[in-house]
Amino acid sequence: MDKLLARVLYIDLARKRFWVEEHPKIFEKGLGGAGVAIELLHELCPKDVDPLGPENPIIIAVGPLNPLFPLASKAVAMFKSPHTGNLGESHCGGRMALALRLAGFGALVIQGRSEVPVYLAIHHGRVQFRDARALWGLSSSLTAGRVLREIEPGSGCRTILRIGRAGERLVTYATVIAETYRHFGRLGLGAVFGSKNLKALVISGTGAIPIHDPPRYQKVYRELWEKATRSDLMRKYHDLGTAQNIQPLNKIGALPVRNLLRTKYPTEPAFTGERLAAEFLGRRLACSACPVACVHLGILREPHPVEPYFYKTTFVSYDHEPLYSLGSMLGMERAEDVLKLIDAVEVLGMDAITTGVALAWATEAFQRGLITKKETDGIAPDWGKVDAYLEMIRRIALRNGEFYFVLGQGVRAAAARYGGEESALAFGGNEMPGYHTGPGALLTYLSGSRHSHLDSAGYALDQECLQRGESLRAEELARRLINEEAKRQILSSLVVCFFARGIYDPNTISTALATLGIERSPEELEKLGMEILRRKYAFKRREGFDLVGVPIPARALQTPTPSGQVNEDFLRRALKEMAKILEGEDGMA
Amino acid sequence: MPKRLAVVDAGRCVDCLLCALACSRRFGEGGLARSAIAVRSIGGVENGFVVIVCRACPDPPCAASCPVGAITKAQVGVRVHYDRCIGCRTCVLSCPFGAVHWDEENNKPVICVHCGLCASFCPHGVLALEEVQGG
Repeated sequence: MDKLLARVLYIDLARKRFWVEEHPKIFEKGLGGAGVAIELLHELCPKDVDPLGPENPIIIAVGPLNPLFPLASKAVAMFKSPHTGNLGESHCGGRMALALRLAGFGALVIQGRSEVPVYLAIHHGRVQFRDARALWGLSSSLTAGRVLREIEPGSGCRTILRIGRAGERLVTYATVIAETYRHFGRLGLGAVFGSKNLKALVISGTGAIPIHDPPRYQKVYRELWEKATRSDLMRKYHDLGTAQNIQPLNKIGALPVRNLLRTKYPTEPAFTGERLAAEFLGRRLACSACPVACVHLGILREPHPVEPYFYKTTFVSYDHEPLYSLGSMLGMERAEDVLKLIDAVEVLGMDAITTGVALAWATEAFQRGLITKKETDGIAPDWGKVDAYLEMIRRIALRNGEFYFVLGQGVRAAAARYGGEESALAFGGNEMPGYHTGPGALLTYLSGSRHSHLDSAGYALDQECLQRGESLRAEELARRLINEEAKRQILSSLVVCFFARGIYDPNTISTALATLGIERSPEELEKLGMEILRRKYAFKRREGFDLVGVPIPARALQTPTPSGQVNEDFLRRALKEMAKILEGEDGMA
Repeated sequence: MPKRLAVVDAGRCVDCLLCALACSRRFGEGGLARSAIAVRSIGGVENGFVVIVCRACPDPPCAASCPVGAITKAQVGVRVHYDRCIGCRTCVLSCPFGAVHWDEENNKPVICVHCGLCASFCPHGVLALEEVQGG
């Protein structure tokens, strides 16, 4: 392992100090990324701490493969989530991983709270605390990015992380935006930045990473590059991006529509990957070190509301998840309207998935009379009505009045205050992702350490089972999902994008690590994956998470999936099995 | 016929930096410290990118500007004679493209040698080796 990776940059916002500590043992054991971040979180995050208090640390870690191998493009953030009150873990692409690693660090730890708004400028290994009072309260996160792009050095080898107004106002699902269009999206890192009076962080890096075995490295690199660019394994992400999921999910009736009252559109939605590519796609982007370029930007051309012959042209990044949450979940009919909503959450810095699910809950609650125009301040939310949703998004970000304040804490809080628990689609406190494929997906949302579809990809297993006409027993499904989540901990520790999971099998990872002087057998890697997952689960239990008793929203059980209604007893049996494995009572520990 | 590295279609650049990372791998190291090619956005990623690399000028100003004759014209592009270079950075100022990159560790310029390794790792056809007219 190169010595640079073990260097951890600590920044104390309260005392405006920074220092570097070397943690070779933590990195040798956990590799990097998630494996290291969870150890630092256990060490630095006091039990039961207020997630928006100064004691909640922000940890951002990279791994040994960043940016040395294709698709090793991600950085991992860990913190206590202000949204769920439990483990916060979020991954970001863009230039973040490259910049941090080439700045000569394996991880970054931000602690304390600044008295005044600041932003951090990290160049040549030194941290500058810069006045951000003039940037605070800007109406658009894009403006903050533009200003920093001009006044900070490092163009071409830096990342510019910043929050929008939602982060400043502590909306619990505020995001941190990187490079525009990339995010630490879920679980509220933006609010943690806001709580620390931290508006932005710029870090540049142009350093060299020494390679243990250069000839072998070149060879293995080329093999992986060939696989990533020439094989079909990545084609899905390459051509249409993840937006290509909309059409097939709609077809099989697994696309959540109108707060999951339905699972498909009667005819194909206007915002499928195919239709967006044909009518809106304007540019594609890649994260550093990734040949795929899965980031798809649509061009939104809007006439000026008053002045003729004036147009506003906006680039909007679309993926499956925002198309689901701000599209199908809200019953949108026009692709332009979905792009407008995605742009609004980008400008204000809010998690697209949670925002969409929150608006969907509010629409249904309004229709059922649980809330009225008194709560919504005169706005009548309705499926497909973009103007009402745009206004509601703005009010959530500004925390305008009690109703929007509560909606800024997600559907769990909103349902606790106004009712409608059965239609509040949150799992472990985090809003539902865009797949209603069957029991596998629901179990992933319930049990995954981030309550994200990416944790163990039950949606993929469901679709495999559907194709084969096979149904798994609860215990078998539980085991398969836990094993998948354990496997993904290794990718999260290297840190390789999950889209490359078909390329980075344990043998390949072992070979790639060996070129860097890190000897780990495929078996050791498998074992480590489970250890990291258990460490994460231990943190969650410490903070009060109960896997076996985790609430299941009734709507998710009532609305049939392509393989029928999911039975609660089945899910509970599987959850028990998962808890057993994670707690080590199966002899695997 | 000698070949030079050419930016043939910057419109397809996606900012993956695989070119710049390939360039540093020539020296058996990772990262960007000794890359002779860089990518920058044109005022934000939504506006596209420029690829900054030596274009192999027929009459290179970097060579003309060097006070100690450490940069000479080569068959394609220039050659840097590191033993003569005093690290004054005059060459950096002389290039209107900013294509004279800098190796901070060794305090020497890094200029593309037109080997084409970066082009072989460009996944989107932005870079290519092309024959130099009139050699």
